[in-house]
Amino acid sequence: MLMSCIKKAVPLLAGLWSLGALAGTYNLVIGEQPLEIDGQAKTAMTINGGIPGPTLRFKEGEDVTINVTNNLDVDSSIHWHGLLLPYTQDGVPGISYPGIRPGETFTYRFPIVQAGTYWYHSHSGFQEQEGVYGAIAIEPAKREPFRYDREYVVMLSDWSAETGEQIFSNLKGQSDYYNYSQQTLGGFLDDVKRNGFTATLRDRLDWGSMRMMPTDIADVSGYSFLVNGKSTDDNWTGLFEPGERVRLRFINGSAMTYFDVRIPGLKMTVVQADGNNVQPVSVDEFRIAVAETYDVIVQPKHERAFSVLAESVDRSGFARGTLAPRDGMKLALPDLRERPLLTMADMSMASMGGMDHGSMDHSAMGHASAQPQAMDHAAMGHAPAQPQAMDHAAMGHAPAQPQAMDHSAMGHAPAQPQAMDHSAMGHAPAQPQAMDHSTMAGMTETDADYASGSGLAPSAANGGKFLAYGDLKAMTPYADYRAPDREIELRLTGNMERYFWSINGTKFSDAEPIRLTYGERVRLRFVNDTMMMHPMHLHGMWQQLDKGNGRFNPLKHVVNVAPNTTLTVDVPVDALGEWAFHCHLMYHMASGMFRKVIVEPPATSAAQM
Amino acid sequence: MSRSIYTNAQQGLFLAILGFTASMPVAADMQDDAWRTKFVLDRLENRRDDGEDLRVWEAQLNVRSDYQGMALKIDGERPEGGPTESAEYQLLYQRLVSEFFDAQFGVRYDDRPEPSRTYAVAGLQGLAPYWFEIDTNLYLSDEGDVSASFEAEYDLLLTQRLVLQPAAELNVAFSDDEEIGVGSGLSSAELGLRLRYELHRKFAPYVGVNWEKKFGDTADFARDDGEDTESTTFLLGVSAWF
Repeated sequence: MLMSCIKKAVPLLAGLWSLGALAGTYNLVIGEQPLEIDGQAKTAMTINGGIPGPTLRFKEGEDVTINVTNNLDVDSSIHWHGLLLPYTQDGVPGISYPGIRPGETFTYRFPIVQAGTYWYHSHSGFQEQEGVYGAIAIEPAKREPFRYDREYVVMLSDWSAETGEQIFSNLKGQSDYYNYSQQTLGGFLDDVKRNGFTATLRDRLDWGSMRMMPTDIADVSGYSFLVNGKSTDDNWTGLFEPGERVRLRFINGSAMTYFDVRIPGLKMTVVQADGNNVQPVSVDEFRIAVAETYDVIVQPKHERAFSVLAESVDRSGFARGTLAPRDGMKLALPDLRERPLLTMADMSMASMGGMDHGSMDHSAMGHASAQPQAMDHAAMGHAPAQPQAMDHAAMGHAPAQPQAMDHSAMGHAPAQPQAMDHSAMGHAPAQPQAMDHSTMAGMTETDADYASGSGLAPSAANGGKFLAYGDLKAMTPYADYRAPDREIELRLTGNMERYFWSINGTKFSDAEPIRLTYGERVRLRFVNDTMMMHPMHLHGMWQQLDKGNGRFNPLKHVVNVAPNTTLTVDVPVDALGEWAFHCHLMYHMASGMFRKVIVEPPATSAAQM
Repeated sequence: MSRSIYTNAQQGLFLAILGFTASMPVAADMQDDAWRTKFVLDRLENRRDDGEDLRVWEAQLNVRSDYQGMALKIDGERPEGGPTESAEYQLLYQRLVSEFFDAQFGVRYDDRPEPSRTYAVAGLQGLAPYWFEIDTNLYLSDEGDVSASFEAEYDLLLTQRLVLQPAAELNVAFSDDEEIGVGSGLSSAELGLRLRYELHRKFAPYVGVNWEKKFGDTADFARDDGEDTESTTFLLGVSAWF
């Protein structure tokens, strides 16, 4: 009742309500049933009896009513990933609303104010891993800026016979539980043959001193990878007539898995990222972080089958589907590429010295970064209003140096930095956009998505074009593009050994919410101090990914932050309420890499709460 | 919260909703401060020396959050047919003090050897650089004697499942406690080499060899009681956790 009240009270919504010539009602039922996919059986959680749930097709301008019934014996929820809506409809238990109790139905009502490819999933427990997810495709009110003859949703996901709770418990019990690609004595001897004894020993000692593993690419393995709920054997097939333009809506609905996506024999033209139109860019392969979406258009001209291959970044398997002129066609799966190894370039100074954001007594630590709102760089003389004008000579390695100082103070034996490649060590990626490249020696590829020399940097299987974030340029310039009003630094941190993850060294349960003011433009500066990639997702508002394309910087709901890199996004703070903000890797989120963001009206202060 | 204090009714309603949701419990899916239980049966083994069997166990139960909690450590030895030669129980509060180490404080009770002893314990347990698992402790007994122990293990992966584990243990006493056969100085040392096969991450049988020796006054006390001061044993055992 309260919710219907507020809807009437907010004029924006009321306005859209009255516009609502279009209105649709949709029904989703979350249930439980035994399911076997790819030989891995468990009691899965389904929506309307399937995995994934039904694709919801909305139209921009429509007022949707969605009845979600929870037939589980635990609380559930559905979050509309990437949709702009009143925060009470966002579907995050404990933030947007209390969740949906067993046996109850919650009715979501919100206007559709955008177009593109999105998805929905449970935001309760590990239900998304168990199967509670589905696609959203929104038809724009105006004509699309690209043509296609037919379209398919390509929902990628990871499926395990284990429950999410079992996986989480295993990781908590032993953080390398799923890593069966660790370095062995045999591997040591092979490397000695290849690189010599001294170099190999030094390599092992460098990693050993940090208690880190270069083989640590993915936290969880043993997954089967699915396309639209189908295993590689079951081979989801999308039909085409030769010469047709086929739009593929790729959605990574995995709990933990990044994929590198390619369709051998076809160029893919990327036309949308995270639901927003981008200037078409032709690629051979792209990486899709967990929870991202990419729309591509392909034009198969020959009457033959094409494999849609999504190879997991740890190279443990493929999600495979097929584009074919008729059903039943299938190509042989290619060999998996070699599993990547992390390099010292993927190690931040923080992780190298054992500088410990994750496990410190943060209450006693009192460093500024524990309270993001305190990280107002204006107060630090960095002139955030004109980031282009920053004094780089003065700032230089600012993010790296505080770590270095802490080492000596803390008495941790720092990893012998002389044995490491400094040029590859995090100074370079620290300020990708803002730096004056000409004045910084040894700084190449500052716009790269990965640290220079990173073991995770991808390349296309056919040697062709691999999509980079810098290639994503919005189709239309962003009207309100301007310098941010302030900047918040968010260090992505964690304790790999004990398996808990955090932001600025503080887990969700110990952290104060991030408070933003309606109408401001806030720059978020992600500094990844861990050795893993983190897909950072902000609910309710866009993150305008700053890759140096100015007002053509694309709007995204998830941005991938690679190890030992800094990534900046500008958030137009245009949605009041309480929102979730987190790493979309399920077990990172569950163990603390999460914040509540509160957007307050400018006239009121927190004290009035 | 009344809307009358706001000139803008919308804003008041908005804040009322905000206040309502803010008072809700934290997100149900957040388990980031949950307490979890882990039981580690580090060793359950039979050591054989000259046809005599000795059962040895070493286990630890952790009930804790990421930052703190409790640990129960149980160690013991019992020759086949008994009686139990040593039985040690430690109940410790533990707190994460660095990325890889817990500080532990609590009590230790040795039921055997007799007479029993109670100790105050302070120690560190965790993973040292270069992947050494360390457990080191300082003890103060109810008799006023101070002693220390140091244990280290290292896992050398021969394959992904076949693991060779060298282990060492040193015990040092800073005064004599003759009743329980401990003399001042380096009292005893133990070296082990175990080869385990991880049938499952949580279950691994192993074979190995263990060497232990008593030194100084501790050795003298053992000789006085007609015990060996040094032994090398072959062993067979299992380790598990859940």
